[in-house]
Amino acid sequence: MLVFVLYLLIVGAGTGGELCVSRAMKAVGEVKDFRPAALVRVIGRALRVPWMWAGLSLMGTAFFSLLAVLSRENVSLVVPVTALSYGAGALGGKFFLGERVTARRWAGVLLVCIGVAVVFLGQR
Amino acid sequence: MNSFAGLHFKTYLLIFLMVIFGPLGNVLLGKGMKRIGMVSIGTQAETIDFLSHVLRSGTIWLGIGSLIIFFVANMLVLSWADYSYVQPASSAAYAISALLAHFLLHEVVTPMRWTGVLLICLGVLVVGRTPPRTTESM
Repeated sequence: MLVFVLYLLIVGAGTGGELCVSRAMKAVGEVKDFRPAALVRVIGRALRVPWMWAGLSLMGTAFFSLLAVLSRENVSLVVPVTALSYGAGALGGKFFLGERVTARRWAGVLLVCIGVAVVFLGQR
Repeated sequence: MNSFAGLHFKTYLLIFLMVIFGPLGNVLLGKGMKRIGMVSIGTQAETIDFLSHVLRSGTIWLGIGSLIIFFVANMLVLSWADYSYVQPASSAAYAISALLAHFLLHEVVTPMRWTGVLLICLGVLVVGRTPPRTTESM
């Protein structure tokens, strides 16, 4: 049961965290100036958006859950499960960020999902 | 360069940086930690000793630097591109890791792993043929 909760946290909190970071960056607006001083200002602005902190906290939770699972299960089992993040990411993009996830993008996400699982199952 | 081509160019460039510096950072951190070896951090003195080893490791600093570049590139690209585009596109890192393992480290990459890499590349190609941005800023 605990391992199931940890998997849920890895996929849910990990993807949720990245979605929150994405939302924060959309609030900051499109970056057009890539000079170092401008980039520092962008990062400063991003750190003032609450979504960024929510995202970083969730990503931290997912990271420590991953460490906890890795102390109990083999990497070859854990990583294919985390490939579910790609499906969760596309769903989150559609419903949380309002992105238009077309059938073609879903097909690509599905191929990546299967590919990541196969890569890790193929590590002997 | 028109804005459409410019958007694609900067999206591809930043995803390229993520794909290179993400796995590189992980490899460097792993190498650095292996060099330090098994550590015990039961007492305060042991923890300080461990941290001083970590902070004196050039490999670990390079790893941290690589991961910072990865994270900043990720933040920047998400300021305009869809998350549902960036996430699968950056999975090309798995393919890069397998290629580096095979050609630079001369590791054995099993046929099954190559199959997975091929599926990921196909997935990235399919996602890459969708528009990077389908929303306006929030």
